[in-house]
Amino acid sequence: MKTFESTLRLDQCSGAISRRDFVKRAMMAAGCGVVLIGSNGWAARAMEGDASRKRIIVVFLRGAVDGLNVVVPHGEPAYYDARPTLAIGARGGEGGVIDLDGFFGLHPALAPAMPYWKDKTLAFVHACGSPDPTRSHFDAQDYMESGTPGIKTTGDGWLNRVLAAMPGNHPSTEALSLGPTLPRILSGKMPIANMPLGRAAQRPMPMDRPIVGVAFDRLYEGNDPLSQAYKDGRASRSRLMGELAQDMKEADGGAPAPNGFNEDADRLARLIQRDPTIRVAFLALGGWDTHVNQGAATGQLANHLKPLADGLAHLASALGRSYDDTVILVISEFGRTMRQNGNGGTDHGHGNVMWLMGGPVRGGHVYGRWPGLSTANLYQERDLAITTDFRDPISLVLMRHMGLDASSVGRVFPNHPISTGSIGNLVSG
Amino acid sequence: MSSYRTLHMTPVALFVEFERPIRAAQKADRETKKQARLDAMQINREGVEARLLRAIEGPRQLQEVMTAFWFNHFNVFAGKGLCHLWTASFEETAIRPHTMGRFRDLLGATARHPAMLFYLDNWQNSAPASGKGRFEGINENYARELMELHTLGVNGGYTQQDVTTLAHILTGWGLVKPGKMGGGRFRPVDPSGFYFDPERHDFATKTFLSHTIRGTGVGEIEQVLDILSRHPSTARHLSYQLAQYFVADAPPQPLVDRMAQRYLATDGDIRAVLTTMFDGPEFFDPRYYRAKFKTPYEYVISSVRATGTNVTNFRPLAGTMQLLGMPIYGCLTPNGYSNTQEAWLNPDAMMMRLSFATALGTGNLPLEAPQFEADGTPNNRGYVTRTGKARMIAIPDTDRPGRKMEVPDAARVAMTLGGAFSPATSGAIEAAPANMHAAMMLGSPEFMMR
Repeated sequence: MKTFESTLRLDQCSGAISRRDFVKRAMMAAGCGVVLIGSNGWAARAMEGDASRKRIIVVFLRGAVDGLNVVVPHGEPAYYDARPTLAIGARGGEGGVIDLDGFFGLHPALAPAMPYWKDKTLAFVHACGSPDPTRSHFDAQDYMESGTPGIKTTGDGWLNRVLAAMPGNHPSTEALSLGPTLPRILSGKMPIANMPLGRAAQRPMPMDRPIVGVAFDRLYEGNDPLSQAYKDGRASRSRLMGELAQDMKEADGGAPAPNGFNEDADRLARLIQRDPTIRVAFLALGGWDTHVNQGAATGQLANHLKPLADGLAHLASALGRSYDDTVILVISEFGRTMRQNGNGGTDHGHGNVMWLMGGPVRGGHVYGRWPGLSTANLYQERDLAITTDFRDPISLVLMRHMGLDASSVGRVFPNHPISTGSIGNLVSG
Repeated sequence: MSSYRTLHMTPVALFVEFERPIRAAQKADRETKKQARLDAMQINREGVEARLLRAIEGPRQLQEVMTAFWFNHFNVFAGKGLCHLWTASFEETAIRPHTMGRFRDLLGATARHPAMLFYLDNWQNSAPASGKGRFEGINENYARELMELHTLGVNGGYTQQDVTTLAHILTGWGLVKPGKMGGGRFRPVDPSGFYFDPERHDFATKTFLSHTIRGTGVGEIEQVLDILSRHPSTARHLSYQLAQYFVADAPPQPLVDRMAQRYLATDGDIRAVLTTMFDGPEFFDPRYYRAKFKTPYEYVISSVRATGTNVTNFRPLAGTMQLLGMPIYGCLTPNGYSNTQEAWLNPDAMMMRLSFATALGTGNLPLEAPQFEADGTPNNRGYVTRTGKARMIAIPDTDRPGRKMEVPDAARVAMTLGGAFSPATSGAIEAAPANMHAAMMLGSPEFMMR
């Protein structure tokens, strides 16, 4: 007998993600507190009108992306002094930045995202991040996902609390996570549909065999909590098998399967089209911890940025009209040192850049107060300082886009007074 | 147990043998890097295997249950930095010897172990202006959790000022600097990895929970551990945790109160507190009979014990706990895993548990397969890695039993469970095909509870 292992490894520090064979693979609800999305529940929900269709998608770049080489402050001479071989040239053209506003420019590998900047649905908040000083991936990711920097015992993630804070009943699962395990950001009381990738995920499990299922049905036919959970689980599994069959059909008859992040973007967009009850979605990408040989316009970081931009563009176009009701946030636990190190890389830093994309975003603008890169202005004389707490742009999205009131946002980000000074226009209501 | 070599190594020896090659390989080729990381997996693999083996076959079951309880109480996460080296050692040397002894000894052992010092950052905690870089300034993490989780409890009557003061008391309480762990010809280091750095300690006189703490260095920390372990809030907090674990999700208050009194009367004797609990009328009250929904860990362990399988390959068990959201050494947060029904009962978990029960009960888990691959290399899938992730293992789905384990004997399982089934359950089992009987006993509502 064989056991089947996932081909996917999501290494939070250094490993790149390999997500081949994804579209043809099935999914499986896994992990604690996880049930399958109700793919048949959409009919009733779709009647409720536009308000119920607003959603946010969070893309977490695990490993700390180098924000100074994503949205490059090409108007800062200090940037070029600090990065003799890593800096992206100020002039456009081959190997140079794609100018955004005369001061900031986009990494050339991110060209696929430029149409969204031009149609003003892509914005950035620079010098943004978590106020906690930690430079540990583990702690910083933990804080950014719990939404409570400095407090380790928070049991749930802020994205789960968003669901709980939304008004009304929550008749079906409204959150979706792509990845092998339930991420911290989505852990909590509200049910999550988790879709692991790879070979482990496509296998049916013993409970799917009719002879097994029928036998256990007789053990759990009551109204007690165990029987209730059992019956919900059985219903979810049969829906899942339906999804599986449909995906196999689509994959067999459809276009060639794209690779990497594109696959996830594709899958995510299709699921959202099929099931408008999804209000929040999450996926994580690795490979950003560029301590060694980071590269400049080309090289390691560029090789990761290109698929990121491709995938985001793919997601935006695959969402179709749903893009108008979607805000995509791209976040990372902290930035990297302003100065390059002795290995052609950068080390763990502080401030970073946050991306916001989608119909409700007032894009074409780099938001946030720029603190400058002279030594005196750096955080601990080495890193980009933080002038915007990462919770502030997200709070704005929750209020203006998702329609939460201030006290609900207070439950998502407890003990954090919202400050929107330099980012007030970021999202339309 | 003696075959688990890494279990008996000191923290410094573990660093030298497993972490140094990882660091040395930083700039080496992919294969070298990968090999160094694979080699280091031996530690978590052996730690998890040893835990499972003793939980399944150990003759002193209360000792095994208490080890799991206290490890979880003082949780450390193998996926945070250097903790992958030291988590198993933490369980073996800081937890296991003290599970039924005095709480003060347990607290002291956890406080000095490198896994805890690293996990909650106290190794970096430094008096203001005494250290540079990562040793710059006060770090409150351990101070806070020491009171909130390990001793007094969140409502234990301390203030933020107490947290800050305790952090100052704990300055310099840390590790041999990782770069120096190998020692040098003239620099022998403590093999435990513990090092108190007076240069980074704040020697001022402090007031903590109304006690005056004179600036003596290590003596201050021993003094505050005494204060914390004898505090009435600690007695209440620990008694509640124990009663919740053993009796009910919402444990009866009179029982908790008697346990707390016993704790204070015996200066924190864990065995005495347990005896009070086991002797209490509440413990045998039918209201609390089978009142606890098993955690994934308890469910997996008790299932294997019921079948009497002679496990040689532990990966399917570690992998199932991972699938169920409770990987051993894989809990990120310092408060450990919950043990309540609310935390663990959900639709997906039921499907997973019953799939596991079916695979085990029909003889389809490769539990008696060789532990290693045919070429002698270890297979680490399902075990927690140094970044805290384990590779997923699906529960095998096949109807060809008996290839990698003996098919459990339904009569034996029934005997082990001792007629615990309701008439409805018995009826459903009898109505099912004979080859499903053992699986259904393991998957019965009665067996989900303890």
